Amino acid sequence: MNQQSNIPPKLAQRLLQWFLKDELLEEVLGDLDEKFDLEKETYSLSKARRNYWYQVIKYIRPFAMRGSFNHPLKNLIMIKNYFKIGFRRLKRNKVYSALNIGGLSVGLAVVMLIGLWLFHELTFDDYHANHDKLARVMQHKTRDGIKITRRPLPFPVGRELREVYGDNFETVVMSSWTWGHVLGDEDKGVLKTGAFMESEAPQMLSLRMVAGDMNALTQQNSILLSRSSAQALFGGEDPIGKSIKIDNDWNVVIKGVYEDIPTSSSFNSLEFIAPWDLYVSNTEWVKASRNEWDNSSFTAFAQIKEGLTMEEVNERIRPAISAHTDQYEGWSDKNEVFLHAMNDWHLRNNWENGVQTGGAIQYVWLFGGIGVFVLILACINFMNLSTAQSLKRFREVGIRKAIGSVRKQLINQFLTESFLLVCLSFLVSLALVLLVLPQFGVLAGKQFEIPYQEPLLWLISLAVIVLTSLLAGLYPAFYLSGFQVVKALKGSIFHSNSSKYLRRGLVVVQFVISVALIIGTIAVRDQIQFTQSRPMGYNGDNLISVSMVSDDYRGKKEYLETQLKDARIIESMAMTSSPMTTLNSTVGGFEWESKDPNFHPHMATNWVSAEFGSTVGWNIFEGRDFSKELVTDSSSVVINQAAVTYMGLEHPVGQEFTLWVRNSYRTFKIIGVTRNIIRESPYSQVRPMVYFLDTEETELEYYLLKLNPELPSQEAIASTTQVFEQLAPNVPFDYQFVDDRYAQKFEAEVKVGKLSGVFAGLAIMISCLGLFGLASYMAEQRTKEIGIRKVLGASILTLWKLLSSEFILLIVLSCALAIPIAYYFINDWLANYEYRIDIPWYSFLLAIVGALVITLITVSFQSVKAALVNPVKSLRSE
Amino acid sequence: MKLGGFEELVLLAIGSLGDDAYGVTIKEILKEKTGKNPSVGALHSALYRLEEKEFVKTREGGATAERGGRRKKYYQLTAYGLKMLQETNELRMSFAQNIPGLSIKTQE
Repeated sequence: MNQQSNIPPKLAQRLLQWFLKDELLEEVLGDLDEKFDLEKETYSLSKARRNYWYQVIKYIRPFAMRGSFNHPLKNLIMIKNYFKIGFRRLKRNKVYSALNIGGLSVGLAVVMLIGLWLFHELTFDDYHANHDKLARVMQHKTRDGIKITRRPLPFPVGRELREVYGDNFETVVMSSWTWGHVLGDEDKGVLKTGAFMESEAPQMLSLRMVAGDMNALTQQNSILLSRSSAQALFGGEDPIGKSIKIDNDWNVVIKGVYEDIPTSSSFNSLEFIAPWDLYVSNTEWVKASRNEWDNSSFTAFAQIKEGLTMEEVNERIRPAISAHTDQYEGWSDKNEVFLHAMNDWHLRNNWENGVQTGGAIQYVWLFGGIGVFVLILACINFMNLSTAQSLKRFREVGIRKAIGSVRKQLINQFLTESFLLVCLSFLVSLALVLLVLPQFGVLAGKQFEIPYQEPLLWLISLAVIVLTSLLAGLYPAFYLSGFQVVKALKGSIFHSNSSKYLRRGLVVVQFVISVALIIGTIAVRDQIQFTQSRPMGYNGDNLISVSMVSDDYRGKKEYLETQLKDARIIESMAMTSSPMTTLNSTVGGFEWESKDPNFHPHMATNWVSAEFGSTVGWNIFEGRDFSKELVTDSSSVVINQAAVTYMGLEHPVGQEFTLWVRNSYRTFKIIGVTRNIIRESPYSQVRPMVYFLDTEETELEYYLLKLNPELPSQEAIASTTQVFEQLAPNVPFDYQFVDDRYAQKFEAEVKVGKLSGVFAGLAIMISCLGLFGLASYMAEQRTKEIGIRKVLGASILTLWKLLSSEFILLIVLSCALAIPIAYYFINDWLANYEYRIDIPWYSFLLAIVGALVITLITVSFQSVKAALVNPVKSLRSE
Repeated sequence: MKLGGFEELVLLAIGSLGDDAYGVTIKEILKEKTGKNPSVGALHSALYRLEEKEFVKTREGGATAERGGRRKKYYQLTAYGLKMLQETNELRMSFAQNIPGLSIKTQE
């Protein structure tokens, strides 16, 4: 605006009008105008305008302000009235109110439960004060062009990071793996999981000390216990200064007790911490690996310096291992060291070819998405029911307007009603959440507590209430308050097309979401069942695994076997270096005659005793099993089918290869091929694997016992416990059923399956509540039409068709939209699994049929009821 | 009933303006006599307080073009207001008379 107008500034006038009392307005505006004219003539236009603004601003004084600025409580009476009317409406339309509150509170409860779950997931590991700066040291290994990502590290890497890359780190801590060990003395022992770590570990993990000194691990004969470990060992006594033994061997003195690390931490199972030096100086092979860069058997944690990011540090420490291994002769791996940030441990721990590909974070997105969708569903219900109801209220709106209600008041009225409903629903949902929280915890496999002291919780709750009431109340509020008085009173607003389309659109959205959720649930369930029915390759029934936690167990196979077999407790017994459900070792350096020199095979290895095969019941596919009688079998191996393919052997049996084993090159002969046994993830391909016979029993760490199936398993376990406890009285007998362990591999997926099933069910329920309300409204609207049709001879069937067909159409449309969406997401999800189903097409059909049936039942209830009404009754009024 | 300093000035201005006392003229005369330029807001605030205390009464005047067709609001001293001015004045004079060297001139 270049040309300044000759009149006082409009905006200033508007401002004045906004805040000034009405009765003052005329005088003030007049005075200001007159003064403006005066100034304009005496000085200049711009000065007059400036002065006008100045005067208006200076006019902002309490005496001149409108009532609402001074006394906001004057509106209280009106607000009271809004609530009164709101409550009356709730009471009058009991069915609608119940439908509305029911739907919304179920929706809110789902959102709250999901919110709790998300909170738990996203704050995982926050227990550790430095969680932003902590990391696990890991490595990517490039082998034959493929990058694999592994946690195990060589011993000297800790020293290297401290000495060469020390500028980047606050602390670097070497650690053993967290495993079960026996703690105690000659009389009493308890089995606790813990690790040997360097002395800065407790500080780094910010453990909360109950008693003693957190820095005590500098002394080699010390140990720190968690509170519950101390409790288990000493009860109420003061444990500090007491001496115990680790694994009946190493004497240590308890120097500190720390608070149990909660389940929401990755260090939850750290029930004791013993000094790393103790581990090193007492374990021969560990001592020997001090300077070995090619033996990755340890793990390390690090805290980076303030002001550095993980990425920056990663950039620098990448060559920490390869700088040494590159000098090794015949070393083919390319090693890259990197940090896996603690904040990512729980949710992002999958790598594919060296690239972070997520992990449990996808479930966070999935359930977060479902939560939002369920909330949307519930809001849609609310909107639908309110707009439908609103058409009954047009006369009320007309009369209110005629007697002087302004639009703002009407909007306030409707928003208050929506707020009222949402608040009631919120209370109901809170009660629901408290009611189902324990069950939800079981379902999700976690312990949930409502973090009442968390201000964020209340802030979010408030936000959800306000947002939901706005979201759900805005449309009816604006739509209804916009009626023209005359039309509203005349009743000519009946069939507003826009609202009809909106309602239909909303129903479609609801059913798209519900149908997609149903299809997803079926797919998840199928995938789980498919993998569960995958042949394990062995027989896990009645098979228990006992770890040789104590040296007292070692070398006692003969004794145990005679004892247990004579008492007919077991059928057979074997030993293995890895438990049946994991693989502990992978080695490289296999050489054989026809091998391509550029091929550097690495295969999983498992040392077993001769009875292994018969105990677990593997299937020898070609060749023969190990034999106890043949002495030559000590250099014989059995390989799995995957290894045959991997090695590219046409006639595997009789093939020989060499391998560096225990300080020498040895030649092994393949004597048999077994069918693939699933040792790791049932969703992945089985890795190539070699079974060695360990006649010297140096590698064997687990007993496998095949219990006598004729004996009740509890009885068998009790007898076995006795035998083992005779062997080592102070070692608690700990065993695991192999098939239980195997079932645990499905836990995550089973959980997701169950949860998505529950949510899909609730989504459908909410949608149906809405549909039910809509159908009953429609039927009510058309009472007269139905009456007339009946008088003219329409049958009940025709009327039913008439009233139901619209909904059926909507559902069909929803299904058509839901299928591609569901297809996309299921495809995406299944891509995570190597061993997976094809998309189950029948699930689409099932979902469609299901949705149709549910809709028909819901709608028919209303339409049949309407069709059965006696026309005399429906036509009598007016 | 108290009379503030600025209120007293405004009251004096209204009295001296006679029949022509409304917002703009009061403001102008105050500016002329005191050399200070009060804001319209401050002036009105004082005027409403005076009206509330019943020192002045108001009447509506005719609309003029320079006010954008808005009516003037004329202010006039009430008897009570006049009495108040009188009292204040007498109080001052009683002090002033006793101050040596202070000359009290009055126009006749």
